[in-house]
Amino acid sequence: MSRSKLLFSIPFIAFMVLGYFFLEALNSDPSLLPSTRIDQQVPAFTLPGLEDPAQVLTERQLKGPLLLNVWATWCPSCQVEHPVLIELAKNGITIVGLNYKDVRSAALKYLEIHGNPFTYNIYDEGGDLGLDLGVYGAPETYLIDADGVIRYRHVGVITPQNWRELLWPKWQEMGGKP
Amino acid sequence: MNRLLWVLLLASGSVFATIDAYEFERYEDEQRFRVVVEELRCPKCQNQNISDSNAGLAKDIKDRVYKLINEGRSNSEITDYMVERYGDFITYRPPIKPSTWFLWFGPLGLALIAVVILLVRKLSAKPSEPVAIDADKHRKVEDLLKKLDDIDR
Repeated sequence: MSRSKLLFSIPFIAFMVLGYFFLEALNSDPSLLPSTRIDQQVPAFTLPGLEDPAQVLTERQLKGPLLLNVWATWCPSCQVEHPVLIELAKNGITIVGLNYKDVRSAALKYLEIHGNPFTYNIYDEGGDLGLDLGVYGAPETYLIDADGVIRYRHVGVITPQNWRELLWPKWQEMGGKP
Repeated sequence: MNRLLWVLLLASGSVFATIDAYEFERYEDEQRFRVVVEELRCPKCQNQNISDSNAGLAKDIKDRVYKLINEGRSNSEITDYMVERYGDFITYRPPIKPSTWFLWFGPLGLALIAVVILLVRKLSAKPSEPVAIDADKHRKVEDLLKKLDDIDR
C-alpha cells in the first residue's frame, strides 16, 4: 500500500475504534455498578430480627447457600419481584430478607398480605448493613455460599428469565440445591 | 453598577444548596466534612454529589461521613472507606491503576505524539533550493525598491 493510502486510512481506523466504544457504551446500563464485595465475607453486623425485635442477628448466621434479598415496602419493584421469590422459596431455596430502611409495622403487614418467602428477616432500619454491603437501591439480591462469602450480586428485579439464565447457574456453582 | 454585579457573581464561587444539621465541635472538621461530601458521587442519583443530593442513600452516606470525621479519620481514609463499599464509582477522583492509565495519561500521550510528529516533519523537511536570479530580474527588484524609497520620502 502506498504511503498516502496508509496515512489516509488512519482517520478511518480511529473512527471505527471510537465507534466501537460508543456502541458499547450505548448498550451498557450506566446505573449498574459492580459490587466491591464479591468473594468477600459478609460484613460484620448486629441487628434485630423483623418478626422478633428481641432476636439478635449477626453475620455468623448467614451461612448459605442462600439468597440475601434487600427489600422494603417503599420499593415498588420489590412487589413485582415478590411472587418470584415466593416461587423460589417453594422450590426449597433459602431466602433471607434484609428489610432495608423500612417501618416494622408496614413490613410485617406487607408480608401478611403478599406472603412470606423469607426464612427470616434482618431489620436494618438505619440502612447500616446496607451501606456496608454497598446497597444503592432495592431490590438487590446477594448469593451467599456455605462459608458466608458473597458470590454474586444481582441489582434489580429477579424475573423467571434472569433467574433461569443468570442466577440459577451461579446458584448451582456455589453448591446450591435443589 | 453592571460591573459590580459581575464582580459579585464571579466572586460568589460554589454555593451550598443544602443546609444540613451537622454540628461539629471544631471548625476544621466542618470544613473537612464539606470537602469530603463534595467529592463523593451519589451511587443512586448519578451525576450528583453526596452534598447536593437529597436521596435517602446520600443522607445515609453523609451520616456515616459525619460519624467517621468525629472518630478522627482523615479525608483519604474516609474516601477509601466508601470506595471499599461502593467501588471507584463513588469518587470523582479516579485512582491511578492500569484500567485508568489511558484516562490519566492519554491526553499527555496524545500531546507527545503530536510534538514528535511535528519535530519529525520539521527535521526531515528538505531546505528549499536557492532560486537563481538573472541580471534582468535583479535590476527590476532594484527599481522597485528605489520606487518604494521615493514614496517613503
